[in-house]
Amino acid sequence: MTKNGMNLTLKVWRQKSDKDKGQIETYQVNDISEHMSFLEMMDTMNEQLISAGKEPVAFDHDCREGICGSCSLFINGEAHGPDRGVTTCQLHMRKFKDGDTIYIEPWRSKAFPVIKDLVVDRTGFDRIMSAGGFISVNTSGNTQDANSIPIAKDDADHAFDAATCIGCGACVATCKNASAMLFVSAKVSQLALLPQGKIEAKDRVLNMVEQMDAEGFGSCTNTGACEVECPKGISLDNIARMNREFMGASITSDK
Amino acid sequence: MALSGFFLLVFLLQHCTINFLSVISPASFNNVSHFMGTNPLVQFALQPVLAFGVIFHLAMGIRLELLNRSSRPIKYAMEKASENANWMSRNMIITGIMIFLFFGLHFYDFWFPELNTKFIMGDMSGLNPEGGFRYFEELQHKFIDPIRVGLYVISFIFLSLHLMHGFQSAFQSVGFRHNKYTPIIKKLGTLYAIAIPAGFVFIALFHFINH
Ligand code: HEM
Ligand code: SF4
Ligand code: FES
Repeated sequence: MTKNGMNLTLKVWRQKSDKDKGQIETYQVNDISEHMSFLEMMDTMNEQLISAGKEPVAFDHDCREGICGSCSLFINGEAHGPDRGVTTCQLHMRKFKDGDTIYIEPWRSKAFPVIKDLVVDRTGFDRIMSAGGFISVNTSGNTQDANSIPIAKDDADHAFDAATCIGCGACVATCKNASAMLFVSAKVSQLALLPQGKIEAKDRVLNMVEQMDAEGFGSCTNTGACEVECPKGISLDNIARMNREFMGASITSDK
Repeated sequence: MALSGFFLLVFLLQHCTINFLSVISPASFNNVSHFMGTNPLVQFALQPVLAFGVIFHLAMGIRLELLNRSSRPIKYAMEKASENANWMSRNMIITGIMIFLFFGLHFYDFWFPELNTKFIMGDMSGLNPEGGFRYFEELQHKFIDPIRVGLYVISFIFLSLHLMHGFQSAFQSVGFRHNKYTPIIKKLGTLYAIAIPAGFVFIALFHFINH
């Protein structure tokens, strides 16, 4: 067979369970097409492992089109690999070249413990959402149509931009402090900017930040790494907005 | 962090301005130094606030660093941190601690002798044996040794690196961010981070050359 793809050396984190210590293992994959997505390359690697009678590498994925946020992976020292504005499923193998060595590691954060291999537990994000990432509406059948409330175009646009966060956790993975500020601030902003969200704004920001700290995420020191690595281009504007909301609420709220 | 940072930024501007007087007018430098050194408001109200501000900033900075380190107990085997954040923003604790070490030398040079003269020897006159103000002369004597001048210059490089990130970071921390003003603040921050340390370095070199 003529060789028409890349041969790569993969250094992959293997860990049997959350109790296991885990270690990096080295695998060789051959004939990888530059048109493959990174996850297809991972599939090829797993097929090879299965044929060799070895356990395949566990990794998260679902939509494979950049909208669900489940694919993670810290690839060659960067969240979602070397490309910008993409998730791992949207990363193409043409970003690599024949003979490359690629490190593949799970998100590293005290708040995201490894479940197995490259799969981490991101339910900390869900608990932050449960703490305040919602609005309370009576849905008994006479709910007002949202379009009947006038909203400034700028506010609507900024709220929409914030709402494009897919909860992937790349911001945490990439931050030197493992801080979740970009995620939490996007979730605070998408509601705080809209009239429906203003009603519970104070409690929301206080409760979500409290939960964020309780989960063990670090504190923001404004390095800006999250904004660079975020696949959805969530802006640091959101962090500033949350800082304002938080300070205002801390001073004026009853709690 | 940000509030103590802002406070230190204002203090540093004031400190640099007064020091600059020593270059343009030794007499007014002497007068202002004597005022700062003997005015009860400065000595017993502002000085304790400053000491608290520095200690608070240092203690909170170290606490922040330790908590943030513990948020990632297992490090990455391969990490390309410089791809998405600049060196200054990632090493505030290092530049900060270098500034703190400089305080040791700086206090040994100025603050401890000052305390000694004023409160242990009880000489509040601010005069030298010849009857003139002693401050300018003392300042000049500190910058004779090239090694000491070198240490001062190196310290101010660390201060500059600290401020390159710190100035604009403090605004973001208090939520001040705006399409129109943030680019100006970033430019102002770079200007401050270069001009203030460069001012101190200039003053030190001026006295080294002209003593
Ligand atoms: C005693 C030595 C010092 C230490 C150990 C220290 C340490 C730190 C640390 C760890 C941070 C937080 C990192 C970050 O927010 O990115 C910080 C922030 C900062 N520091 Fe210092 N620092 C020291 C002295 C100074 C001085 C003399 C100034 C001067 C004018 C200063 C101004 C600032 C500013 C403006 C910030 C940003 C605050 C924020 O982002 O909220 N620091 N420092
Ligand atoms: S802010 Fe960006 S990086 Fe963070 S969870 Fe949302 S989409 Fe992912
Ligand atoms: S698998 Fe859904 S975003 Fe990558």
